[in-house]
Amino acid sequence: MLFFSYFKDLVGREVTVELKNDLAIRGTLHSVDQYLNIKLENTRVVDQDKYPHMLSVRNCFIRGSVVRYVQLPPEGVDVELLHDATRREARGG
Amino acid sequence: MSSSTGLESLVDQTISIITNDGRNIVGVLRGFDQATNIILDESHERVYSTKEGVQQLVLGLYIIRGDNISIVGEIDEELDEKLDLSKLRAHPLKPVIH
Repeated sequence: MLFFSYFKDLVGREVTVELKNDLAIRGTLHSVDQYLNIKLENTRVVDQDKYPHMLSVRNCFIRGSVVRYVQLPPEGVDVELLHDATRREARGG
Repeated sequence: MSSSTGLESLVDQTISIITNDGRNIVGVLRGFDQATNIILDESHERVYSTKEGVQQLVLGLYIIRGDNISIVGEIDEELDEKLDLSKLRAHPLKPVIH
């Protein structure tokens, strides 16, 4: 639940989602759900020459299960806050 | 609701699906569920290769199991018409490795 809330706070930010098939897609985070499925707007594939498979796609839905990394804007991460929150969740409260 | 993560907004629109085995299937979204299972009408597969342009294989009505779906992309018809698929050359996408 923690990372769901965390990603919800990032809505509207520019992120890069790297998939488990090595495709990396950059776009504006539009929404996220309980499975950490992600919707991006104004997407562009990071290496378009190598991956022209999504040239006519501007908005997309990425299944949470295929996400390897989400690269965040530096100002989108409050490391201290996240540390505290993860520790609190690990303790079960 | 515009901020929902569901695929409601894409129903009856042309979408492009990338599957976990790296295939690209384009068709009209008719239905979906929680598990991202998808009903795709008038679908065709776009086969990428480095030797020739993109081949389009007609598939028809498909149900794709959610487990096997990586990306659901909304096709921008205008951009798609401008694409010259016969000139596009690329390696097929790699399969997803969990």
